Amino acid sequence: MNWLIAILQTALLVGLSPLLAGWLKRCKCFLQNRQPPSVFQPYRDLLKLTRKQPVLSHDASWLFHFAPYMVLSATVLAASVVPFIAVDLPTSATADVIVLVGFFAFARFFLTLAGLDVGTAFGGMGASREVTISSLAEPAMLMAVFTLTMTASTTNLAFAIDHVLQAGLVLRPSFLFALFALLLVAVAETGRVPVDNPATHLELTMIHEAMILEYSGRHLALIEWASQLKLMLYGVLIANLFFPWGIAQSLSLNALGFGLFAILLKLAVLTLILAFAETAVAKMRLFRVQEYLGFAYLLALLGMLSHIVLEVLL
Amino acid sequence: MNPVNKSSENDFLNLLTEAGIVIRTASPLVWQIEAEHWRTFAELAMLHHYRWVAGWVEENPPQSPFIKGEENDSSQSLFLKEEATKDSPPLQRGGVGIFMVNACFEKNGTYLVLRTTVNLNHPVLPSQATVYPAANRSERHSHDMFGITFTDHPDPRRWTRHQAWGKQDFPLRKDFPLQGSPPAITPPDRHYDFIKGYGEGVYEIPVGPIHAGIIEPAHFRFQAVGELILNLEERLGYVHKGIEKLAEGKTAQELIRLAGRVSGDTTVGHSWAACMAMEHAAGITPPPRASLLRAVLAERERIANHLGDMGAICNDVAFSFAFMQFSRLRESWLRHNARLFGHRLLMDKLVTGGVACDVSPSDCALMTQEIAALREELADIITAVDLNTSLEDRLYTAGYLSKQTAAAFGTLGYVGRASGQAFDVRRDAPYAPYQQLNFNVPIETQGDIASRFWIRAKEINVSLKLLEQLLTHLSDDTISADLVTAWQTPAVGSEGLGCVEGWRGEIVVYIRFGENNQIARYYPRDPSQHNWLALEKIVLNNIVPDFPVCNKSVNPSYSGTDL
Repeated sequence: MNWLIAILQTALLVGLSPLLAGWLKRCKCFLQNRQPPSVFQPYRDLLKLTRKQPVLSHDASWLFHFAPYMVLSATVLAASVVPFIAVDLPTSATADVIVLVGFFAFARFFLTLAGLDVGTAFGGMGASREVTISSLAEPAMLMAVFTLTMTASTTNLAFAIDHVLQAGLVLRPSFLFALFALLLVAVAETGRVPVDNPATHLELTMIHEAMILEYSGRHLALIEWASQLKLMLYGVLIANLFFPWGIAQSLSLNALGFGLFAILLKLAVLTLILAFAETAVAKMRLFRVQEYLGFAYLLALLGMLSHIVLEVLL
Repeated sequence: MNPVNKSSENDFLNLLTEAGIVIRTASPLVWQIEAEHWRTFAELAMLHHYRWVAGWVEENPPQSPFIKGEENDSSQSLFLKEEATKDSPPLQRGGVGIFMVNACFEKNGTYLVLRTTVNLNHPVLPSQATVYPAANRSERHSHDMFGITFTDHPDPRRWTRHQAWGKQDFPLRKDFPLQGSPPAITPPDRHYDFIKGYGEGVYEIPVGPIHAGIIEPAHFRFQAVGELILNLEERLGYVHKGIEKLAEGKTAQELIRLAGRVSGDTTVGHSWAACMAMEHAAGITPPPRASLLRAVLAERERIANHLGDMGAICNDVAFSFAFMQFSRLRESWLRHNARLFGHRLLMDKLVTGGVACDVSPSDCALMTQEIAALREELADIITAVDLNTSLEDRLYTAGYLSKQTAAAFGTLGYVGRASGQAFDVRRDAPYAPYQQLNFNVPIETQGDIASRFWIRAKEINVSLKLLEQLLTHLSDDTISADLVTAWQTPAVGSEGLGCVEGWRGEIVVYIRFGENNQIARYYPRDPSQHNWLALEKIVLNNIVPDFPVCNKSVNPSYSGTDL
């Protein structure tokens, strides 16, 4: 039963991720005085792409075919680790936050290889930028999550969330620092403004899009879906780690239903904040990203220090 | 035209005499010299701060009535009146034929056409591009189209030439058929020697000609270390439409339609310049109301394009809020164009000798309202843009063009004016109706993307003020209601030069008529031709992902350059 719910929860997470992308688009359109497309448009786009024949470069190797499947599978596996509606599930217990970061890194590894594989200038350029940024983002992310897991004395997400729930609403400076750090990292890792612009057509400014420029058809659909899922995962991670209230602690139908409602509400609010940020700021110059992620790391480090000073030493 | 400072002109003439340059055709504005003095003249002109404007070539131009000695007063060419002198060289030398090579210079608002002839069988001329870098691509274009060799040219690679033409085919020569003789499948354009970069970590980024977005095609070749741009080379010519060849044999009215399509976003500017050149050749002046209406159209075109550009600059740094707002303003402006003049982009509103549209008093009232509304909305958006620090971070200091470089390339329009080049045809070589209007030409000296952004905002303000003045003049009942001056067939060989300030900057058009009101030569010089050169310098020391916004801040026309 638990396993069934765990699988259902993951399927729900994967299935709802295009809806989140649609909602984000809708918020942005609203803030920019535009007519938004339907929130279900990302589903239609994915469906459209799956019907199209993928066009492959003559220089593409097996890696290029293979990568989209690896990317999506790794991201789906990552999704299974993150508590979405219910906290006490066997999948969450099998893997911890380091594995989660590992899944993301695994997906990225294949994506950058695929970018390099066809040998176009843009693929290589995108891959190089992606790796530069992630090498700065990953430590900041780990540091932020460690602050939380130190409080709970576990690197397991489910246990950490449980701990926060048990402790009740306590205002911890360490959590605040970690939250801001994780927000900054999430923006960088999911390729949003001001780090990357997913809506651009300018090849030279792209990061994520440059790597996947050669993809088409179902391959592109898989990658698009994976990046929508990644955005969703970061949203869920931030929502459930810092504001876990509402998550189902038992497996009764009522609790699960309320859990779903709560997480969707939290995600809707988070997305609205993201849409605000994306509308209010321009993309930063590429070389500013280091400072930005350096700042995220600093925040996470401050979170860790304040945890040690205020919560451990006292 | 402004009166030339007499003493300075005499100095220049003395200098030319000292150098042994004999000016054969002593018309005030067309100077004919011997081919061997071609570069020497340029060197001396450079010393006297002449600006190189345009270069074009004609093959066996139809003989002007003045040279043939058939004085014909009814068809005098106002602008380029050639006076017959006894030692005028015969145009056809023993039936072999000649190329007449022209270069246009400008100083203090006076345009001077320098010309020489070279033998068709042995067309060799010293290059002026060694002195004026602005002449570089123009001379390469002339080489590709006519087969004229410019000796000591700093960059003798092909430019407009592509693979559908045989090695010995020169499309603008008279013996080349209009349709050409293209192979069934044009061979791929290979073997163009791009500049190579060497050293550890230097790599090349080829971009285009097909881009990810829907923009015009051009190939850009970057040499970069990491993200830093070491060199950029532009390869244009992908939208070569054979405009110059197509123009041959067209009637005056047909040519305006063609001129309006040299660059779609500058349809008013190019049609006006073509009209002006043809009207000079035919010796007619459009009625005052037509001039006023032409200016209304030109200023409306300027405002629409500047609004679009300002939004596009913001969009290139992912500030979509401003992009959407500017797009909205531009869209409503264009819809008003459609409502008032029947075409969103104001195409085909100019005709020979006048205009094909008019405004009623109620239209004027509508435009006045529209101007007030735009001012108000723009003020809000401009404030929001100005206060946004993330935008400031991207636009300031990026894409710097120094005053010296801008001057060296003869950079025009807002690109030039953002780098301290004050030239504006409307003020410095005024044409009707701008003589009767009060306006100033804004100028910035910072030379970065922000300068090119803000100069557009200031130019919109100037244009709005000009529109108000124009509307006042148009509502004046004392102005005759005539919209068109009757066209007079120009004499064979009569020629004219048209210079107007398009929204991108100075547009220069040269036209020569042949028999039966037919065009013998049409050469439009879009300001982009000079601004493209400046762009190669603007991006140096910037990072690769900043190129698109640098490019957008210049926004040169691909179509207007490729012809």
